[in-house]
Amino acid sequence: MRLRLYYPITMLKILKYSFYDLMRSRWSYVYFAFYLLLGVVLLFLNNDLSKAVITLMNVIIVLVPLIGTIFGVMYYYNSQEFTELLLAQPVKRSSIFLGQYLGVALSLSMSLILGLGIPFVFYGLFESSAIWDFSLLLVTGTFLTLIFTALAFNIALTNENKIKGFGYAILLWLFLAVIYDGLFLMTLILFEDYPLDKLSLIGTMLNPIDLSRTLILLKLDISALLGYTGAVFKQFFGTSFGFIISFIMLTIWVVMPVLRIVFKSKKKDF
Amino acid sequence: MKHIIFLIAAIFMANSTIAQTIEVCKTCPNSTLKKGIANAKSFDTIVVKNGTYKEHNVIVDKPLTIIGKNYPVIDGELKGEIITIISDSVTVDGLFIKNVGNSYTEDYAAIRVKNSKHFLIQNLVLEKLFFGIYIEKSRYGKIFHNKIVGEAVEEYNSGNGIQLWYSKNVEIEHNFVQHVRDGIYLEFSDFCTIKNNESTLNVRYGLHFMFSNDDTYQDNTFENNGAGVAVMFSKRIKMFNNTFKENWGTASYGLLLKEINDAEIEGNTFEDNTIGINVEGSNRISYKHNTFKENGWAVKVKGACYTNIFTENNFLYNSFDIAYNSKVNDNAFDRNYWSNYTGYDLDKNGIGDVPYRPVKLFSYIVNRTPETIILLRSMFIDIIDFSEKVSPVFTPDDLLDNNPQIKKLTW
Amino acid sequence: MVTIENLHKKFGKNQVLSGVDLHIHEGGIFAVLGPNGSGKTTLIKSVLGMVIPDKGNITVHGENIKKNSDYRHKIDYLPQIANFPSNLKVKELIKMIKDLRKQTDEDQRLIDLFKLEPFLEKKLGNLSGGTKQKVNLVLTFMFDSPLIILDEPTTGLDPISLIRLKDLIKVEKAKGKTVLITSHIMSFVEEISDEIVFILEGKIYFKGSIQKLKTKTNQPDFEHAIASILSDNHA
Repeated sequence: MRLRLYYPITMLKILKYSFYDLMRSRWSYVYFAFYLLLGVVLLFLNNDLSKAVITLMNVIIVLVPLIGTIFGVMYYYNSQEFTELLLAQPVKRSSIFLGQYLGVALSLSMSLILGLGIPFVFYGLFESSAIWDFSLLLVTGTFLTLIFTALAFNIALTNENKIKGFGYAILLWLFLAVIYDGLFLMTLILFEDYPLDKLSLIGTMLNPIDLSRTLILLKLDISALLGYTGAVFKQFFGTSFGFIISFIMLTIWVVMPVLRIVFKSKKKDF
Repeated sequence: MKHIIFLIAAIFMANSTIAQTIEVCKTCPNSTLKKGIANAKSFDTIVVKNGTYKEHNVIVDKPLTIIGKNYPVIDGELKGEIITIISDSVTVDGLFIKNVGNSYTEDYAAIRVKNSKHFLIQNLVLEKLFFGIYIEKSRYGKIFHNKIVGEAVEEYNSGNGIQLWYSKNVEIEHNFVQHVRDGIYLEFSDFCTIKNNESTLNVRYGLHFMFSNDDTYQDNTFENNGAGVAVMFSKRIKMFNNTFKENWGTASYGLLLKEINDAEIEGNTFEDNTIGINVEGSNRISYKHNTFKENGWAVKVKGACYTNIFTENNFLYNSFDIAYNSKVNDNAFDRNYWSNYTGYDLDKNGIGDVPYRPVKLFSYIVNRTPETIILLRSMFIDIIDFSEKVSPVFTPDDLLDNNPQIKKLTW
Repeated sequence: MVTIENLHKKFGKNQVLSGVDLHIHEGGIFAVLGPNGSGKTTLIKSVLGMVIPDKGNITVHGENIKKNSDYRHKIDYLPQIANFPSNLKVKELIKMIKDLRKQTDEDQRLIDLFKLEPFLEKKLGNLSGGTKQKVNLVLTFMFDSPLIILDEPTTGLDPISLIRLKDLIKVEKAKGKTVLITSHIMSFVEEISDEIVFILEGKIYFKGSIQKLKTKTNQPDFEHAIASILSDNHA
């Protein structure tokens, strides 16, 4: 029993130290201040909670992945010596990397949630009908942070060269945020004579940014989505099915890269 | 004026003939409605007491007032039409009519008015019906405060709640229609007023006009129908202050305009519809002070539509504000509020300094390949929409609102 | 104590260790020497489990280290470059390492020894290289483990601290511990070590006492002995 408990406890300890370390770093403040500013400015400009939430959604699904990847890669490279120090301690490798990963992901998520949450709460979020949309926004943002930080750790673990690592991180973001959708759109137009609803849903599932976007569409644009005839579409968007599947897929998107972190870290030389 | 003269005349005639009140109840000499009518003289009042009367093909052939006390049930036992009015000046009030016969050849109704004037049908409850209230070649009547609840599932074997055919000057007010084919249907019927009705959950349309002119409908609510309201091949229809809500589905819309000329659409609210207004081949229509909120498409324009003018409407959080399927534009947008507007107002006059383009390139793409809708709000789509906005290639370049409002309009 | 059998490691195309066999018995100070890139650090890191060997076995205290982290409870390691999370204070770092390994009071004695008291509240990012190395030493010596591995322990130390370090190592040896050291400072090695392990081109070239090395190379002093190995092999 003691042995079994040992594993999560050391991981939590590392998580704790990484988290403290980050919470004191300049970057967490910058990130937090950025979201705070974004929230305040949007509310100030729009005078309208629901419109501010919509604008935020558009910003979140693009920006959170970018910040998650860059920050993840940066943290990994910056804490290499610390990692080596930990590696010489009687601690499992997976505990070290999962602890660090969770430390980064959680501190980023916290900056996001607090940074956006504070201005919205002051603006009267709890009395507003936008609260569900806003909660969805934060949940999606947290998922994206978890996913893209994990992907960043994967990139950093496989690339010793910092410049290369950063390059791949930016490229990954650019691909998933923009290029993927371009290719996706071309494919759909190219094969427009064929039934496409399954293909388009699968295409969405394979990209976590698109997946989060779909969750938001389900909330904001359900009227438009129901205009399309496909039966699969209808089942997906017309029922809670779409919601559940999207969340399952997001979870898979978190789990897969995390497992790869564990796997890669076990084989890596330091 | 006409009504008052009619009323005075009615009172005068009633006095002169010494109108009587006839009671119908299970234990009375007049144990059925049919017997009551047979034994009544013109301008008598028949009071139907509480109870169930299994009757159909009840013909009202003289001016009578039929009043139900505590909602007596007239049960047609699915055998055919239940009440048919073929005389002027008939009032039917307070009956619970159910089990209208279903047929593929005859349009059986719970209550039909045929070639008559000055009818009043009010406070009825209709259930298990084929057609509800059917007005045929009749004028100057009123259908007031009825509740019609059908069980329609398919279009082909169901009837309409309230139907007007070749009728004029009919007022339809405060009715509540659910689960039929069309909530209210007007064919070749002019100068009618449809007011304060609630038409919901119908298989086809909440309200449907065909070849009907100079009608007005206002303050009605159309919610959750196959489609809200369809106005087809009609002229000079006034549509004021109605609410069109949650008409969801493929080719579903709040309002369909097809071959409509010279209509006025004012003060309506379109909310949560797949398409707010679907316009096809309609000209000289004024859209003013309407609110389009959270629709898939606020307005979809198909085919040639000329001189449609949109002024001072609110377009709030629609997935698409306006969609066109052609490059031709002869419609004007002015002084509307667009929640998607991203311009600025440096001179602080409440009007945005750069024009707003309500048609996005992406709406053309979706029109062509519907599945691409899944890419809505993607950054890639934003980029191509932006480039189209900067230099329009596919969208009509004169389609813009030169005076977009900075603040939501209130009237 | 430490047994290494047929250890192979390749980084990319670069074969760093090619069949290292080494037995280090309990007690005494062992210096691992070799030219740059000969595989000293790789060997040490293999023992620590930081480098995963391609082939071969390593046992520490009779425990195979493969897929194991618990054996590291018995090792104190001093890494070569002391670069700690810059946002942590010295005190917190010490606390954290204790938290991860086990509680001890030994740290206070070491802090006093290296005069680190005034730095405890400072962030690690603001310390000089020498002070960091002292912190590094505290972290290493505060646990009373039977095996101590020191990778370039003298880096950045002032003469007084160097003397204290030597004393510290001697005290540990006196307790019967095993100490593995890599260093470039030959005088330091000569002074402190009981046995030399010389690695050359990924293999153990020599293992034995300094006296034996001098005899083998036929050189009067240690530095020349090393130099002659290198020149012989590169000539």
